[in-house]
Formats: sequence, structure tokens, C-alpha cells
Amino acid sequence: MERMSFDLAQTPLRELNSFLHRDAPVKGVQKVVVTNPDGAHNIAVGLDCPVDVEVHGHAGYYAGGMNKTGTVTIFGSAGTGVAENMMSGRVHVKGFASNGAGASMHGGLLVIDGDAGLRCGISLKGGDIVVGGSVGSFSAFMAQAGRMVICGDAGDALGDSLYEAVLYVRGSIKSLGADARIEPMGEADLATVKELLDAAGMQHNPKDFKRVASARSLYHWNADADQEY
Amino acid sequence: MCGIVGLLVKKPALRPRLGELMVPMLIGMTERGPDSAGLAVFTEPLAENARKISLYSGMCEEGADFNWLGLGHELKEHLGIDAMITSQGNHAILTAAIAPEPVKRWIKERHPKLHILSTGRAIDLYKDIGTPAEVATRYAFSGLAGSHLVGHTRMATESAVTPDRAHPFTAGEDFCLVHNGSLSNPYGVRRMLEPHGIRFETDNDTEAACRFLEWRLREGDDLESALQKGFEALDGFYTFLMGTADKLALIRDPFACKPAVVAETDDYVAIASEFRSLAHLPDIKHATVFEPAPEEMYVWNA
Repeated sequence: MERMSFDLAQTPLRELNSFLHRDAPVKGVQKVVVTNPDGAHNIAVGLDCPVDVEVHGHAGYYAGGMNKTGTVTIFGSAGTGVAENMMSGRVHVKGFASNGAGASMHGGLLVIDGDAGLRCGISLKGGDIVVGGSVGSFSAFMAQAGRMVICGDAGDALGDSLYEAVLYVRGSIKSLGADARIEPMGEADLATVKELLDAAGMQHNPKDFKRVASARSLYHWNADADQEY
Repeated sequence: MCGIVGLLVKKPALRPRLGELMVPMLIGMTERGPDSAGLAVFTEPLAENARKISLYSGMCEEGADFNWLGLGHELKEHLGIDAMITSQGNHAILTAAIAPEPVKRWIKERHPKLHILSTGRAIDLYKDIGTPAEVATRYAFSGLAGSHLVGHTRMATESAVTPDRAHPFTAGEDFCLVHNGSLSNPYGVRRMLEPHGIRFETDNDTEAACRFLEWRLREGDDLESALQKGFEALDGFYTFLMGTADKLALIRDPFACKPAVVAETDDYVAIASEFRSLAHLPDIKHATVFEPAPEEMYVWNA
């Protein structure tokens, strides 16, 4: 059995997820096709075997969340928290993603072809996010590690209270958050952007991107700052 | 948490099917709002001098056994009004060629526990406690006809679970609002409105937003200006969906804390908190689906 199909109009979501968790690793299933997702929450969460899941339609909250080894492709849009807390593997949204995409991700690659909502990559702890469109306000808030490539624009307070994550933005930035600053693109940055665009299957000139990283002035308490940053 | 739904049909031929298309949308939001549900439907407007008043008797002692026929006789006897009353258990729509204020005053004096749900030339309003499926069956929502409607499923956080605190809220005529979220300054807004003679019926935060926006419209603002003032005056988390006699309008707070998704085809515009309430709609696979941006106004004409 190499390929399985689940029509969520006929089959409860729990059957799909329990198949992915219990049966797929044992039976060596390589591909699972999900039809009529109809906005259901928690589709293909917590994948722990190298399975390729295709979702045809719009997914609800937390699709592909906690992914470890799987590949999840959503041929539609994704609701709040797509690929949240992903550890490794790959999640690809062909449409747009709602708020909190890739929240708290530790590893892996999240690709969003369309726009992402607010707080994309909030508390990013590792891994990579590539957004073909624009991201909403407060994206990469307190992002600790990992990389984000934004091919469109960024909303307000991009990278507020950034730690060591690095952001690359091709379009305009409405405003930077506290302690985030634009830095010059080095050779290593150009190579990183090219590598991530290639991985996402997107074609842009890496030279068109700006680098946003932490000024690290919030790392130490400054009693003279008087709460103004 | 709460669920909001809205539906506007673009073709007159679809108007008789408005309720039937909406009921699965409302039921789809049960997990977001299992304790109460309601909707306001906008129909072909009555003549200039006529009004309809939606009434709810569930908080009277008689409940669903309220004597609606008797109410009609009393209105004739006391005010000389020939009213048509269409009742369904604890709900009735009173239609007459009247100035509504004296009738509403009379109802409040004579039947203080009879709750006035809405007034206008186009709006009919229903709301009650119970699951969305129970409320939809209780009032036969699937048979409703009209050009557009606004619906809500409630999971109460800011005030008690009672029929009058369910949504939609209404103020003035042919205006209603549903809310997903919670306001942080409803008492400030109330204190600002009360000196203008605006009275509140509940302690619910949404009622403050509803009465604020209706007050702006009554003061002469168009819908867009009223909503702009709403962005400035109302603080907290909100996705608001509003209905007027000929429009649906949607706004989200600047942090987009509460969800919304829109699907549009040549036949309809449908709005819901989540896509799962839109998934059953006809031709949804070819609809334009998008997430409305924070602090933007979306207005659709019926």
C-alpha cells in the first residue's frame, strides 16, 4: 500500500490522523491524499514518519502542526497556526495563510505561496519560512532563531524584540519593531536567500532583499532607557 | 469565543433560499458558540409609513404561550392600531402602518417583560438561548427569505447567558451588529453615550458598540465615517459584522485577534469566522476566498 485517499466529507478527521500516526509508519505508506478538508482543524498534525500528505481544498487551524518528518502540501488556504511548532519536514501552502503561521517553529521549511496574516513566525525557534506574498503586522515577534524570507511587504512592528532570527524582505516594511534594524546584505545573506528561494520554488533576485536583524540593545537591561526604545 | 456568519445574495431569484443556505453556516459555528444563537434577516422594505417590530416573549411568565392574539386586540383597543401579528411560539413580528415609538412605549409599559428585538422597514430579528441547531429549528430559519442576513453563535464571556444578551444587537431602525471578541472600554463608551439620551437594555459590551455606531449614523455619518469613528472609540478585540436595510459591513480590530473569512461568487458574498461554515455553499470551490485585513472596512450592497 503506497497511496491512500481520505475524503473528509465521508471519513472523520480522527480516522485520517490515527492512520497517519499508527498505520502509515508500519505499512510504509508514501502518499496520503486528503479531499474535502472543508476547513477542518488539525489536519495531518504531529506526523512522525516520512509521509507525503496532499490536502486538496482549504484547511482549518493548525494544519501540519508539530510536523516532524512529513511533507504536507495544502492546495488551498490554511487557517490560524499552520505548521505551528513544526520540528522538521516541510509544509507548503499553495494559497494564503491566516494568523500565526509557523508560530514557535523549531525546524523544517514552511512555504506560503500567497500572503500570510499577522504574527507570522512569532517566537520562531529555528527552521525557515518563505512567504511568496506579504506578511501582516507583528511578524517574527520575539523570533529566537531561524530565517524568514518575505517576497512581498511586511506590516507594522516587523521583528519586534528579535533575538537571533534573521529576516529578509523584498518589499516595503511598514514599520520595524523595537530593536529590529535593517543591516547590509553580505555574501552569506545573498547565498541564504537564494538557497531558500530555490527550496521554495520561487524566483526573485536575492539582491532585491533587505536584511532585518536584532540590534541586540534589549539583551541587557538599560536603566537609562526610561522605557523608551 | 463566538461565531459570526453573514450572507448576501446578489440575484433576486436566490432570495427565497437565503435561510436554507445560511442554516448550515450557523450550525457550522456551533463549536465557537454553543450557548445562544440569533440572526437578523433583511427583507424587501415595507412602505415608508409602515414598520415591523420583532418581539420575544420568552422572558414573560407565559413564555411561548404568550397571548399574541390578545396583544393585537389590546393594540386596537388602546391605540386604535390595526396590527398584523405573525407569531411562532415565543416570537412574533408585528406589522402596522404606524410611528413605532408610541407603540414601543406602550409595549414597555403594558408588557414590560416582552422584549423588543428590532424595529424597521426591512429587519426581522430572532435570538434565543440554545445551540444554533435548536434555535434554527425553533424559528424555522431555513424558511427565511430576504436579500441579506447577519447571524451569530455565542459563547458568553462578558455577560450572562440570557436571550436579551444574545446577538444580534440592534439600535434605532434597520440596523444590527454581531460581535466576536470582547471590548475593553464598553463602560467608557456607555458613559459617553448616556448624556446623549441613549438608553441601554443590558450590561453587554457589544451593546455599547452597537449603540455607538447607530448613534453616529443617526447623527448623519455615512456607514464608512461611522466605522472610522468606531475604530477610534472602541478598544478591544472585535470582528464586527453589521447589517442595514441595504448593506452588510465588516471590520476587524487592528490586531486581527478574531477571525473572519469571506467567499464571493457571482451569486453571493458569504462571511464567517471560519471556512468550515462556508464549505457547503454552492460552487464554493470556484469562489474567491480571502481573509479581510485588520482595520479595513468591507461594505457590500444588497
